[in-house]
Amino acid sequence: MKIVLDHLTKQFISRHNKNEIVTAVNDFSFEIPDGKLIGLLGPSGCGKSTTLNLICGLEQATEGKIYFGDLDVTNLPPENRGVGMVFQNYALYPHLTVRENIVFPLENFKGENRLSRQEMDDKALEVAKLVQIDQLMERRPSELSGGQQQRVAIARALVKTPGVLLLDEPLSNLDARLRLQTREQIRRIQKETGITTIFVTHDQEEAMSISDYIVLMKDGLMQQMGKPQEVYDNPDNLFVAKFLGTPAINVFEGKVVDHKLYIGEDYVMDKDIDDQEVYVGVRPEGFIPSKDGKLICKYDRMETTGRDTSVICHNDYCISDEDIRTIIDDDDPIENDNGIIRFNLKPHKTYIFSKEDEKVL
Amino acid sequence: MNNKNNLKGWLYLLPALIFIGVFMVYPLIDVLIYSFEESYNFASQTYEGVGLYNYSYVLHDTYFLQALKNTFILVIITVPLSTGIALLISLALNSIDKLKDLFQTIFFLPYVTNTLAVGLVFMILFKKTAYSDGLVNLLLNTVGLSSIDFIEGPYWAKMFVLCFYTIWIVLPFKILILTSALASVNKDYYNVARIDGTSKFRMFYKITLPMISPSLFYLIITGFIGAFKAYSDVVALFGIDLNAAGMNTIVGYVYDMLYGNSGGYPSFASAAALILFAIVLTITVINLLVSRKNVHYQ
Amino acid sequence: MDKIKQLERESKRKNTIWMICIFALLIIWAIIVLFPFYWMILSSIKSYAAYNSEYIPKFFTLNPTLENYVLAFTSVPLAKYFLNTIIFTVITTLIMVVVVILSAFAFSRLEFKGKNLVFTIFLSLMMIPNELVIITNFVTITNAGLRNSFAGLILPSITSIFYIYLLKENFEQIPDELYKAAKVDGTSDFKYLWKVMIPICKPTIVTVLILKVIECWNSYVWPRLITDDENYYLLSNGIQTIRESGFGRENIPAMMAAVVVISVPLIILFLIFHKKIMEGVSRGGTKG
Repeated sequence: MKIVLDHLTKQFISRHNKNEIVTAVNDFSFEIPDGKLIGLLGPSGCGKSTTLNLICGLEQATEGKIYFGDLDVTNLPPENRGVGMVFQNYALYPHLTVRENIVFPLENFKGENRLSRQEMDDKALEVAKLVQIDQLMERRPSELSGGQQQRVAIARALVKTPGVLLLDEPLSNLDARLRLQTREQIRRIQKETGITTIFVTHDQEEAMSISDYIVLMKDGLMQQMGKPQEVYDNPDNLFVAKFLGTPAINVFEGKVVDHKLYIGEDYVMDKDIDDQEVYVGVRPEGFIPSKDGKLICKYDRMETTGRDTSVICHNDYCISDEDIRTIIDDDDPIENDNGIIRFNLKPHKTYIFSKEDEKVL
Repeated sequence: MNNKNNLKGWLYLLPALIFIGVFMVYPLIDVLIYSFEESYNFASQTYEGVGLYNYSYVLHDTYFLQALKNTFILVIITVPLSTGIALLISLALNSIDKLKDLFQTIFFLPYVTNTLAVGLVFMILFKKTAYSDGLVNLLLNTVGLSSIDFIEGPYWAKMFVLCFYTIWIVLPFKILILTSALASVNKDYYNVARIDGTSKFRMFYKITLPMISPSLFYLIITGFIGAFKAYSDVVALFGIDLNAAGMNTIVGYVYDMLYGNSGGYPSFASAAALILFAIVLTITVINLLVSRKNVHYQ
Repeated sequence: MDKIKQLERESKRKNTIWMICIFALLIIWAIIVLFPFYWMILSSIKSYAAYNSEYIPKFFTLNPTLENYVLAFTSVPLAKYFLNTIIFTVITTLIMVVVVILSAFAFSRLEFKGKNLVFTIFLSLMMIPNELVIITNFVTITNAGLRNSFAGLILPSITSIFYIYLLKENFEQIPDELYKAAKVDGTSDFKYLWKVMIPICKPTIVTVLILKVIECWNSYVWPRLITDDENYYLLSNGIQTIRESGFGRENIPAMMAAVVVISVPLIILFLIFHKKIMEGVSRGGTKG
């Protein structure tokens, strides 16, 4: 099912200060195509969970509309929206077995929708097989591992064949190895069922790796939406550039004078931009060590982690971190001249942002 | 571990040991002995034989049987009713946001009041006197019922007041325990259930009730024990001479046997107290057995 | 489209009705709880004549009077009962807290032979109802010639195994490292208890104190058994005497004045400490 958020806004009164109004979600508009997996991404407190709650109906929008397909569901209570939701802590009923947990939503059906006991059990088994927990049907949640609990929660959300599946930080309670496995599982389940799925996360790598589209949020405002790689390659603003990618992008203070881009005193490349003060963002992989490199840095150390070779160095104009972190090819020659190292910058890995509004130039 | 350490440990414990030894352990043994000593004379502290006569006497005493009947009626009415009302009120409390603290504080007030003192107020509200029928009767009159003397009138009227007052007194504790049990149920369970279209009743029956069942069970057990030991609220309503009022309880019977106009029979008192203890123990064991099936500990 | 509008309306209406029911229930119970308090205060400031002339009691009075309070203090020794109760409560609570702290410390920090056995015995004694031991205590105190004395009132009222248990649990939450560090510095056990454990566990100790004060203030059964001399009556016994004698005649306003006087100290204590008291009780106080 296609989901459309149309100028969605959610405000509420601050808990700490009764006179203060917090805008958790600010004028949100986007359209989620049918059958896609969407990663809602942002730092904690950016309003992504609120957005999820608005979509499932646990919270009421202050302004704006939500459409499922062509249906306006803005003021519909959650039970009439036909959504399935998986909570961060899974919220599995501890006193019920896996099977009872999965069947629970089906037992709520009334009237002609009501299934027979046999049909319910069949459906439960079907989704249990889909998420590969059909061996555990008679266990209690406390007897399951975190990953298994997670899959039970997904099965419970899927059993009533919802039009939309919502996942709130689905992987945050799992350890690193399970997280990798589980996110592949989620991807597979979503592909197999074809249900439009939105999941919330603060982990950019997680979102980038499995989403068809990502939506970036900050302070209740949508920053950018697009395919993960496109957003990574073409960030609209400094926040997006900084949020995506590990190691993070290196940001320098710079200026453009006569269409020449300077970082400090170093003239690094030509840019067809009006003269102004700017921020320069350079991805770690955008540095090429070179004898006649234009950017001059103080060499600190080399680090090799697995397949990546990094050079850590310093530059007075770097503001993102004390260290500049670069990832270079093994065969790039490292010229370490009295503690000085020089780089050329790859143009397509270098982004210029206005100092005024931090938008890309 | 050396001797000095041992000594020090016992030294710190000594005051407690003395108090507990003299006023709890010794009496516990002694009460058993008393209950088997026949025709014990309090003044001369002598007895004539050992046997079950004290128990037999107590069990055939009409006052005791009346007390037994009163206590059982009180228990059967007030335990389920007070637990149910407390649950209802706690659910209501839990579903509001504004004024929750205020209501909670008000509801807890009876806990800190003197049972005897407030009992007097209840007596006045229900009592029918020469110059006024009392407020409750006036209320009854407005709905077309005739006045009843709740304090010195028919048995069931008196029992009604007693149950009403007992519930009023025990509710604060139950509301407090249930409110905190309800508040500790993770909200996500309800959110998930709401999204799945679960009806309010089903949410209560399938989620809330199992989740708070340990607290509920604790309240039922302590409720039974407390109600079986009813005494001061009865005195507050009906005065010291409970046998005359026909409203005596088992504990009241024990004290009457010990002291007062009918007192001076510690053997009978002991036998009655032990019978009470046996009853309470049996009920508690039954409760525990029932709970095994129905209580979900996490 | 219409179907959705209808669903919206329905869910809104349901919600409003639900909230009305909830508040109705809460308000009704609040009235039931508060009304006796209101009634006792109201009755206590009506004059005897006014009270008795009202066949239909009025819900307010235009001529409040304090004469009943004067009468309560002059015609019965209410002040004496008050003093007795204060003496009884203060001494009992103080001895109790010392005994409780010492034994909780022994159980939580000291190692000695037989500790676990004694603790197990203590725990099982918690289940013994007071009614069972009171008989022998009555005999013990009577034989010791301690009837109608503060010693007789206080001594059997001190025992509070539950509070030992509560405090012991709290003491055990203090990390071992603190004790070891103090030992390395040459701190004596007693000094450690006094300077470290008691300050850290002050909230629990205060809770225990408040609960014990409430218990003492309202105690009725034991004082009734052990005193028949008015000079040693506590408030509960006093109020019962007042009830039986009724100020010579059925002087209900004066009775109510006495009831107000008795209830006020605890209610004030509660209003100040209501958070603490409620928290303490939910951790294990019982009544009823």
